[in-house]
Amino acid sequence: MASLADPILRLRRRTSRKGQGADIIQKIAMVLAVLLVGAALFAPLLTPFDPLQQSLLSRLRPPMGFDRYAPGHFAGTDELGRDVLARSLHGLRLTLALAFAGAVIGLVIGGLLGLIAGLRRGWAEDVIMALVDMQIAIPFTLVALLVLALMGSSLTVLIFVLGIAGWEQYARIVRGEVRRIAAQPYLEAAKTAGAGPVYTAWRHVLPNLVSPLVVQFTLALSNIVILESTLSFLGLGVQPPQPSLGSMVGLGRDYMPTAPWIVLTPAALIVLLTFTVQILGDWLRDRADVRLRER
Amino acid sequence: MIPYLLRLVVKAAVTLFAIVTVTFVATRLSGNPIDTFLGEGLTEEGRQALINYFELDRSLWHQYLAYLRGVLSGEFGLSFVDRRPVTTVVAERLWPSGQLLLASVALTVAVSLPLGVLAAVYRRSWIGSAVMVVAFTGYAVPSFVLAIVMVLTFSYWLNWLPVVGNGTWAHFIMPTIAMSGVLVAALTRFTRNAMLDVLGQDFIRTARAKGLRETRVVLKHGLGNASITVISVIGLQIAGLAAAGSVVVESIFSWPGVGQMLVNAAILRDYPVLQFGVIAVAVAVVAINMLTDIAYALADPRIRLARA
Repeated sequence: MASLADPILRLRRRTSRKGQGADIIQKIAMVLAVLLVGAALFAPLLTPFDPLQQSLLSRLRPPMGFDRYAPGHFAGTDELGRDVLARSLHGLRLTLALAFAGAVIGLVIGGLLGLIAGLRRGWAEDVIMALVDMQIAIPFTLVALLVLALMGSSLTVLIFVLGIAGWEQYARIVRGEVRRIAAQPYLEAAKTAGAGPVYTAWRHVLPNLVSPLVVQFTLALSNIVILESTLSFLGLGVQPPQPSLGSMVGLGRDYMPTAPWIVLTPAALIVLLTFTVQILGDWLRDRADVRLRER
Repeated sequence: MIPYLLRLVVKAAVTLFAIVTVTFVATRLSGNPIDTFLGEGLTEEGRQALINYFELDRSLWHQYLAYLRGVLSGEFGLSFVDRRPVTTVVAERLWPSGQLLLASVALTVAVSLPLGVLAAVYRRSWIGSAVMVVAFTGYAVPSFVLAIVMVLTFSYWLNWLPVVGNGTWAHFIMPTIAMSGVLVAALTRFTRNAMLDVLGQDFIRTARAKGLRETRVVLKHGLGNASITVISVIGLQIAGLAAAGSVVVESIFSWPGVGQMLVNAAILRDYPVLQFGVIAVAVAVVAINMLTDIAYALADPRIRLARA
């Protein structure tokens, strides 16, 4: 176990030697991730249509290849004549931005609380872990419903709710890692050699936290995408006319019998997004978890 | 055992206290509850009368204690929509939700146990991988997307199944499947991991060594021992997941349960109903968690000795 001090490097080397790199599905997921993020970033350049622009003359037109196709509207138009593709791409943009903001807020809150719980034993740890237990016990969707209904569904409130949604996972991971590292001989050695708390935290604790936190961040992204699109689907998340993937499915529900493309395009994007992120998260976890891979 | 039980009860009580507090804080954070709760169309005199009546000019601390007293004496107020006690509104929706919950848990167990066992036994072959792909899909597809796709296919396209209501057994099919997607994913993974842990134990080797057939080794000695973990997962994880899922699924299929009520109350801003609904669901989930912990401790003496 000579390489304990640098587990990440060791992992990478062994992975390539054993040929346990990404398999074909994981490679597809990486390509998809790049495409989805690219589509979100460059949404305004990819489509000539404004997602809010109504056109009452070309309402409920089907996608390309069907009768009554309105040229240019590849994925068809909705009940107000808005371009479904433009709305989906802008919805993807908003969904990704919200998920990212939410995951970062969760990381900051959970990371700090986990750090406090791991470093300071006693009542601070008890209180924080009691909060973690509570967050696990209470179905969060219900709290989100309550808060959004009471405080209104502005984007600020929504980001706050999405940020609170998963903090407890980060807190558990950080606390566990900090306690595990504190018991390691190399930390003892560092202390004996005269390293101060800041140096130890920066040089020894933080590098060990990076890979579990990256894994958790990725998995949290997909959970937050699902939570956001579910809330928007129910009409409590992103408010019209601003498009989000979830609200497009929710509002398009009424037109399903005659114009299913309004819900199918955003629904397909949601599934594509969650699949991609989860496959990447699983891949990162398998790479990071030595015990799991050696099984 | 008694200290352990006490700890569980205290933990449940603290959790419930927290959720009651959260509902209070949420209503006060959003401003003066009279304005939020009653909205426009109120004269200035009427507004003042209500503020006096509900003691809103007193300190927040005073209001909080008054709120707690109301909760403890079972007074949760009247629905804004139809002026009935919110306790009645929630009570009449419990059974439909319970039916859907039972059907979903039954389906989940019936699907997940065999899949989880298969995935553990054949973990190195394509069968194991195929099962894990199914579990993975359940996690990645949100229940509303699953529901929408089923409605499109089986109701609008094939015309086989009804979309709204809960009248006949056919009404149960799509909501139950939509609810079960995530649950199947969670339980299959847990069953697989529990089985992998058990199948690596010494007594499994002993059972094989004394010449038992493999099916008997896996089902009796393997699943028999894994089932304790699996049952606790059903109680601890499934309850919360199902509560969240019912909100979505019930509102899609117009299922007259607590979940649909919560969404309607949130959209209509029927705060008393929403507030009590959230508390009621939290009580149910916390109670199921506590009962699971107790059952777990009864089944496995190591737990209660270790934690007590």
